[in-house]
Amino acid sequence: MSIVDSLLLTLPELVLTGAALALMLVAAFVGDKATRFVTLAAIAALIGAGMSLGGRGVGFDGLYSADAFSDFTKLLIYLAAGVSLLLSTRFFAAEDRLRAEYPVLVLLATVGMGMMVSATNLLTLYVGLEMQSLAAYVLASFMRKDVRSAEAGLKYFVLGALASGILLYGISLLYGFSGTTDYHAIARSLADGVNMGELFGIVFVLAGLSFKIAAVPFHMWTPDVYEGAPTPVTTYFGTAPKVAAVALLVRVTIEAMGSAVASWQQILIFTSLASIILGAVGAIGQTNIKRLLAYSSINNIGFVLVGLAAGTEAGVSATLTYMVIYVLMTLGSFACVLQMRGANGVHVEDIQSLAGLSRRQPALAAAFAIFMFSLAGIPPLLGFWAKFVVFDAAVAAGLMPLAAIGIAASTIGAFYYLKVVKIMYFDEPTAEFAPVSSYVESGVIALTAVAVSPIGYLAIPMLGAATAIAAKALF
Amino acid sequence: MSFPILSTMILLPIAAALLTIFLSAQAARVTALGTTLVLLGLGILLWDGFDIGGPQWQFVENAPIFGRFAWALGIDGIALMLIVLSVFLMPICILASWDSIEKRVPEYMAAFLLMEALMIGVFAAQDMFLFYIFFEAGLIPMYLIIGIWGGADRIKASYKFFLYTLLGSLLMLVAMLWMSREAGTTDIPSLMQYNFPVEAQTWLWLAFFASFAVKMPMWPVHTWLPDAHVQAPTAGSVILAGVLLKMGGYGFIRFSLPMFPEASAQLVWLVFGMSMIAVVYTSLVALVQQDMKKLIAYSSVAHMAFVTIGLFAFNRQGIEGALLVMLAHGLVSGALFLCVGIIYDRLHTREIARYGGLSNNMPYYAIFFLFFTMASIGLPGLANFVGEFLALVGAYKANSWVAAVATTGIILGAAYMLYLYRRVAFGTAAGEDTASMRDMTPREWLTLAPIAAATLWMGVYPESFMAPMRNDVTALLARIERTAPAGDAQLKMGAAKPAQTHSAAHGEAH
Repeated sequence: MSIVDSLLLTLPELVLTGAALALMLVAAFVGDKATRFVTLAAIAALIGAGMSLGGRGVGFDGLYSADAFSDFTKLLIYLAAGVSLLLSTRFFAAEDRLRAEYPVLVLLATVGMGMMVSATNLLTLYVGLEMQSLAAYVLASFMRKDVRSAEAGLKYFVLGALASGILLYGISLLYGFSGTTDYHAIARSLADGVNMGELFGIVFVLAGLSFKIAAVPFHMWTPDVYEGAPTPVTTYFGTAPKVAAVALLVRVTIEAMGSAVASWQQILIFTSLASIILGAVGAIGQTNIKRLLAYSSINNIGFVLVGLAAGTEAGVSATLTYMVIYVLMTLGSFACVLQMRGANGVHVEDIQSLAGLSRRQPALAAAFAIFMFSLAGIPPLLGFWAKFVVFDAAVAAGLMPLAAIGIAASTIGAFYYLKVVKIMYFDEPTAEFAPVSSYVESGVIALTAVAVSPIGYLAIPMLGAATAIAAKALF
Repeated sequence: MSFPILSTMILLPIAAALLTIFLSAQAARVTALGTTLVLLGLGILLWDGFDIGGPQWQFVENAPIFGRFAWALGIDGIALMLIVLSVFLMPICILASWDSIEKRVPEYMAAFLLMEALMIGVFAAQDMFLFYIFFEAGLIPMYLIIGIWGGADRIKASYKFFLYTLLGSLLMLVAMLWMSREAGTTDIPSLMQYNFPVEAQTWLWLAFFASFAVKMPMWPVHTWLPDAHVQAPTAGSVILAGVLLKMGGYGFIRFSLPMFPEASAQLVWLVFGMSMIAVVYTSLVALVQQDMKKLIAYSSVAHMAFVTIGLFAFNRQGIEGALLVMLAHGLVSGALFLCVGIIYDRLHTREIARYGGLSNNMPYYAIFFLFFTMASIGLPGLANFVGEFLALVGAYKANSWVAAVATTGIILGAAYMLYLYRRVAFGTAAGEDTASMRDMTPREWLTLAPIAAATLWMGVYPESFMAPMRNDVTALLARIERTAPAGDAQLKMGAAKPAQTHSAAHGEAH
């Protein structure tokens, strides 16, 4: 494959990179006045990148692969990035912190994510991951005069760098013992038995990636970063990078380590159960809605890993289905959080401030309740379907104990989701929220709420077919 | 297939629920009542159109629109009777909440309509996962009903209700996933004919048991029920006792027995043991209650134990009796909760000691209350008697010790119900306010009179209710008879001294 063909394969990344560079210039010369324009242009670039997907093949001598799997996950990433950009302008405008660099950083992080999900070589993986992370560190501390935001950025950076170090160490071990960084070559090397060095490599790589997806025991940064980062950034962190990191993990485990399932399956089973249980238990005492959602994301990653631990095509397809539904629920819940503004327009994050919301703003409360019940996995909401497919895959792979313990532990998770509903519906109303004034936020809430409502079940056949095709690309 | 009556019965209340949210309080009441009456009409049409002796599954609909599972509906006689019970109780619930619910009426009515749709869905679903979705989805409206419109301690009760039932059901889901893999289908009628490997059956049975035992509820996982009942508004209690508890029994009939006959036979000692404890223990607990609703809630647990005993007797009398107890209990306990609701609306307390002498100032009320008290005790000629008698006859064939212990439940039942009635209706009024309570209003007549008529009908001519279900019981027996454990009561007509052989004690030990 010639270099031109290879470059054509990376067209979505090229579109985004070009747009990011051009918009950076606009931002530099016009300044913060151009924020709204830059944001819209960035969203247009994401749409353009989405439309330029569809290339098929392996480029750059096996460094980069464009297939159904990468297309599917990239679409999801672009969707999440676009929606979180849409949600950002009003937030930053209200805080008088509109900065034209913000959309550019989001675009650059998205480029990194594109590389992550298309990587078929440990080095591309690392470069993509770092590109995404660097932009993300800046985004986390974007409200730099806010102490919590600065703290979030710093924590994210230090722990993220540690994770990158661990990952890199694992990569070097894998390279040292198998003599290659190419996924398929590593798989061939692992096929004839896993030696001690390779095993350590696998463990370190998985540990590093667990940091990125915030799976227990490498989850400690999540609540602080989620709480400290500005809410639109948290929305972004909770969706796009999660999809990218999970997709990356899927590709590494299936393509590079697929020949040694036994050596990583138990690791994933442990992290999965630990995430489900710790994510649920940790959330119980939270009083800040963003911290609660952070623990909820840890909990959800546990369920995602249930699907992946199956190590089968059905498992990967289930993982992707889960991610789609998870992104919808997360976008919706954070859009609701963005609406939590006190009478003076200042954002509040205290869960108690939701008290009696069902009487003050019935529509918002109903939507929030839908997201909470859906996250808890109660049918007939779509969140149930997400859990259904991952547990189905686990049962089909014969992982009955994992399925039984995981599903029983989801009762613990239900408790704190119910607490939010209880506060909104059973408690007496307290102070008023500022009236809803944003069509964008209301639109996002309405659309995602409808999507996770029982109406979403009609999309199951389509979603199932799409994820099956995407999963097939890896096997 | 002609007119999709079952889909209509599920989708109509959902549409009405969405509509009521946007209405005023009075309009919401009228809409809800109208919708439930239309559904009652449809239910009667369903009963009328049901061809007794025809195919086992009727009114079948199947639309594979969800990929992995289908919108598959269809009913047999058992499901038919439970659906009729649900649509019968629902307008009464709406009427009972007419004045007593004052805050957030549109949402209340919407929750009840949603509940109705989900209940009909549970009984009509012919796809395992569709069943599960309806089964579980009922938690959300019930959680809101208890939590928003409940009594003082409603929060704890709503949590307990939700988490208890959720935990039970989730294990059932894992079992369902395994079954759909093993059998390659999610179609309930096919699964009812599928022979699962015997060693797997035990696990599957236990997983389903976890769910149904909580829903039923059986001792010792019944503790959510008194809390939920006491805190729920009157109509919520009626639906809980009248229909939701029947889902557990329905689950045993639909899943546990026909799908895992070997495991059911193996574990019959567990069911019998738990039921025997439930009958005696909860009856004794009911005897000392100070709170009327709690007393009736405990009596529900005791009555449901007759259902489980009858179902696992593995013979026709037992199963038919259990089915009739389910229907009768739905009517009678629902009516008893309504009776409590009527005086609660006047005095705003459920404490038994605050009442007394109601037969003086509320004679009609006292008559209705006595009628349902007697029905609950199992007076011949009223609904409960038929079912309880049959269930005990069936139990005696299976295990005479179980029958003996369960029968004490009837005596204890008479004790706590009559004691309750004496304290509430006879003697002297506890205070001025009690003595000056008005008798029943026409609206309250409208809620109790139909149930009284149905109770009498079921007691005098149970054949109307039994006929649609008989063939289904036959089909069920054909499935489970080969595994039926040998009974210990070797009845022989005319023999001078029937040989008495006690089976190797297993059911008795607990």
